[in-house]
Amino acid sequence: MSLRTMILKMSEGLGRTCAIFFLTLIISLPIGIVVALLRMSKNRIISNVFRFIISVLRGTPLMLQLLAVTYGPYYLFGFSVSRNKLIPVVIAFAINYASYFAEIYRGGIESMPVGQYEAAEALGYTKAQTFIRIIMPQVFKRILPSITNEIVTLVKDTSIAFTVSYQEMFTIGKQIANSQTSFTPFVVAGVFYFIFNAVVDFGMGKVEKKLDYYR
Amino acid sequence: MILEMNHIQKSFNDLSVLKDITFGVDKGDVVSIIGPSGSGKSTLLRCATFLETINSGEILYEGTVAASTPQGQDKAVYAQKAEIRRMKGLFGLVFQQFNLFPHFDVMKNIMDAPLTVQKRDKAEVEEEAIALIRKMGLEGREHYYPCQLSGGQQQRVAIARALAGKPDILFFDEPTSALDPELTGEVLKVIRELAEEKMTMVIVTHEMPFAKAVSDRVIFMDGGVIVEQGSPDIVLGNPTQERTRQFLQNYSR
Repeated sequence: MSLRTMILKMSEGLGRTCAIFFLTLIISLPIGIVVALLRMSKNRIISNVFRFIISVLRGTPLMLQLLAVTYGPYYLFGFSVSRNKLIPVVIAFAINYASYFAEIYRGGIESMPVGQYEAAEALGYTKAQTFIRIIMPQVFKRILPSITNEIVTLVKDTSIAFTVSYQEMFTIGKQIANSQTSFTPFVVAGVFYFIFNAVVDFGMGKVEKKLDYYR
Repeated sequence: MILEMNHIQKSFNDLSVLKDITFGVDKGDVVSIIGPSGSGKSTLLRCATFLETINSGEILYEGTVAASTPQGQDKAVYAQKAEIRRMKGLFGLVFQQFNLFPHFDVMKNIMDAPLTVQKRDKAEVEEEAIALIRKMGLEGREHYYPCQLSGGQQQRVAIARALAGKPDILFFDEPTSALDPELTGEVLKVIRELAEEKMTMVIVTHEMPFAKAVSDRVIFMDGGVIVEQGSPDIVLGNPTQERTRQFLQNYSR
């Protein structure tokens, strides 16, 4: 098989790779905020429950979580989450990344000086207004480098979908590698990921610049 | 009376910080609170502005009860949240560390609370913000961010922000303590101008000559109690209490 054919075949999976990537981000970024708030809840039971959930999701491999979401329901209850593997893949990725993002948000929120809350409180802002208008915009700026880190990792983690044979770029590459007994598809995959992440770096750099107007 | 605080008690865990404090502020009064650090003066201000909750006692704004201790009980009860929020509109608070919102420019720092909290008309608020900026001597800085301003300028923005809510009383918590000595003057000048306009103010400060010049009344606190209060000439010039004299002597040294 020529290099050109390999690249073309693997490119067919890029749409699915992007689907995992964008859907995971769109779902996990907002859910992470909710999880962070629950984790910081003054109710000890709620905060401990979420502390535990986060520690399990961060303490076990994403690959295992992916297998559990994809095949677990079948073994336990005799049905699958969905015929379309994209759905269990995105569910597994989203909850895993939401727990990482939650801890990043929590760090950011806790790093905010208490004076910001007090100023807002004295001015009569409600708790929700304070959080949305005063705290979160500043938190986003503070945590952006950590978020970028996670996004870069997510790009590479999409390859884990091969464990459930979801036909994204890396899965196709691996199949070609097996059938052709060739290492070349892996090199191609590496180049794809590298380019993808170069774009991510560029984009996040732009966002960081945009938030550079204040300290 | 704009503010009445009666028999205020406040402790942090076992540490009693305010022990039966009673004082009131009339319309147009300028009251300075002085005293050594740890005397409870900042805590008193934070209780008056609801940043801390009192353990017992009574707080009234313009005759309306914000917090009170029912007869026979020893814990203070606060008014409904909505009522407390309404009362927050009656006062403005200026912090030692300014606490401006760094992601908002000067205009937005001043305008955001009137728009978001008080839901007032934008054109009107904008007009007032521009007038406040002029009053604070900050013309041309409308669209600067706090990080681009000196400490003195930031504190003047903070004063404008506190004034934008059209408060009946302004509280200052050591407004010049975080400033370089050469920048305190510009902030004190603004406060002095407000005093001349008969703005009601309570100022926690270490600037004795300033307190002497602007105040109608000076309160000296130590160990969680009001040791002495009266006209600045007496409290700062010829105090009746030995403890006040001691404090002022150490201070001028």
